[in-house]
Amino acid sequence: MSRMKMEQTFESLGNEGKKAFIAYIMAGDGGLENLKHQMLSLEAAGASVIELGIPFSDPVADGPVIQAAGQRALAEGVTLRGILEELARIKDDISIPVVLMTYANPVLRLGADTFAEMSDEAGVSGVIMPDVPLEESGEFEVPLRRYDITMIRFITLSSSEERIKEVMEGAEGFIYAVTVRGTTGARAGFDASLYDHLESISKMTDVPVCAGFGIGSREQAEAVGSHCDGVIVGSRIVELMHENNIEEIEALIPENADIAINASN
Amino acid sequence: MEMEQTYTQPNESGHYGDFGGRYVPETLMGAIKELEAEYKAAQHDEVFQKELNHYLKDYVGRESPLYFAEELTAKAGGAKIYLKREDLNHTGAHKINNTIGQALLTRKMGKKKVVAETGAGQHGVATATVCALLKLECVIFMGKEDVKRQELNVFRMELLGARVVSVDQGRGTLKDAVNEALRYWVANVEDTHYILGSVMGPHPFPQIVRDFQSIIGRETKEQVLDKEGRLPDAVVACIGGGSNAIGMFHPFIDDLDVRLIGVEASGHGIESGQHAASLNEGHVGILHGSKMHLLQDEAGQVQEAYSISAGLDYPGIGPEHSHLKSLGRAEYAHATDEEALEAFKMLSHTEGIIPALESAHAVSHAMKVAAEMTSDEILVICLSGRGDKDVAQVKAREEGREL
Repeated sequence: MSRMKMEQTFESLGNEGKKAFIAYIMAGDGGLENLKHQMLSLEAAGASVIELGIPFSDPVADGPVIQAAGQRALAEGVTLRGILEELARIKDDISIPVVLMTYANPVLRLGADTFAEMSDEAGVSGVIMPDVPLEESGEFEVPLRRYDITMIRFITLSSSEERIKEVMEGAEGFIYAVTVRGTTGARAGFDASLYDHLESISKMTDVPVCAGFGIGSREQAEAVGSHCDGVIVGSRIVELMHENNIEEIEALIPENADIAINASN
Repeated sequence: MEMEQTYTQPNESGHYGDFGGRYVPETLMGAIKELEAEYKAAQHDEVFQKELNHYLKDYVGRESPLYFAEELTAKAGGAKIYLKREDLNHTGAHKINNTIGQALLTRKMGKKKVVAETGAGQHGVATATVCALLKLECVIFMGKEDVKRQELNVFRMELLGARVVSVDQGRGTLKDAVNEALRYWVANVEDTHYILGSVMGPHPFPQIVRDFQSIIGRETKEQVLDKEGRLPDAVVACIGGGSNAIGMFHPFIDDLDVRLIGVEASGHGIESGQHAASLNEGHVGILHGSKMHLLQDEAGQVQEAYSISAGLDYPGIGPEHSHLKSLGRAEYAHATDEEALEAFKMLSHTEGIIPALESAHAVSHAMKVAAEMTSDEILVICLSGRGDKDVAQVKAREEGREL
């Protein structure tokens, strides 16, 4: 059921010729009591999916902005268990799909089975684990599958064609295409080969391809989005959410997530 | 040269039993698989091995002596104690056994840049040294706190041509330096090799570092057979990440009569909560690419490790040690700051050898073990490094100053 919610979102976006806008925030940055308000704001601003970051002491895939947000959340005493409990309380108020982005260790400590069960109760559609590649995913993916929760897979600029095929085999939900070599955080521009890369991987699969890392403006979201099925914006939204600047977040989202196909071609 | 072992870890997927693995961002998977392939090729590449042996002999100064410590033996009043003198290597510790090997691998892979992390600076110096030798561009990440505490090592690295980057993130110690080195590697993986300093990180690093460090145990085995006509009854080594220990243990794993004893740093004492005893006090966790015993809180947040010795204060541990512990093949004890300091002074007086504070942890526990053994038994201590780097710190402590 949880996975279907996300599939339906992508399907209806596809039918309307729209692109997905996935908005990342760090759970507990600003206090867990504000999570519901933050998520509802994103939904009202036009986000199609919320990616909820789980704070971790050693976030090696993240740049300075998300690192700082994680530190603020940890200083609030936020835990994975606490976040899942809060989500379970507020899930009926949120209508768009929620995916969690968490490093492996908090999940391992909670227990992969408990994590899957609690994620189900929290209404989670998918889980992104940046330090768990395909090779190590079984331990986490098997229990999640039992609850029909998808584990989102990554493709990067350095992935070989052989690797891309390997990752796509059995991929569900959406594919997370990493747009830069490096950590999360807005960039001035992208590698020249990015758009070709996104188009060629989109052609290889029926699963939606969403691009993230380094997208920090509406112009970038439109440009990148026109070459795949959606974009993920993290650091910039985290900054704006920290400043409680919902209008600017709204302005980041291409009009009602309505990026016309080929808009920037 | 090495005899076939029945112990064959890691398996094809880079796991040591339930531990190890490759928990890295997808961006790095290509690079670590390339490294694995290149390393496999290098193991059977005569030119590579010849070059490695040349540098180990004439540059590092191997083999290192196995010294019968007669005075120490008398003091312990039990087993015959030998010291494996890794402190006599170029740059003063075992670290260079690994860095020279990995620097040659870097060149073999056609990469011209190197990134590394360092805590106290020993691995940083050993990396900067081989990069100077082999003309590799070198950037070293070091926690802000460690930069302050180890000013001289920063100067050494810069003298050797490396760029040292001070890491502000987190609390500015080794764990944070590894995080930043990994982030840098993700961004520069096309032309840069990461010379990891211990038997940690994603596969194949724990295996590569172990293999390069195993020269310690292989030499020890030959030397003790030569001097005593038999294998030792126990080998003892200190453990931070665990590279000198695994280097000493690995060639003995099949020799079940040889006790393998690792000594962790228990800092202010286990009960104080301020220690680095991951194997004794940690829970199974995932950090920096590997599944292992990890100091962490109930929610899975990694805790800071503490030890007087900056080379031991890492919250994780090499995954192979976690495996050897779960098999019951190796024993893992611990020694406090005070015990290490006492051993530091004792070895200096007794044998005229100033050990690194790291190695002093091994000496401290080995004295207890030796005392309970008989005079016809043999114990070998891996003296992983020399203590010159620590004398300023110990002096300051004696004078009641913090450094």
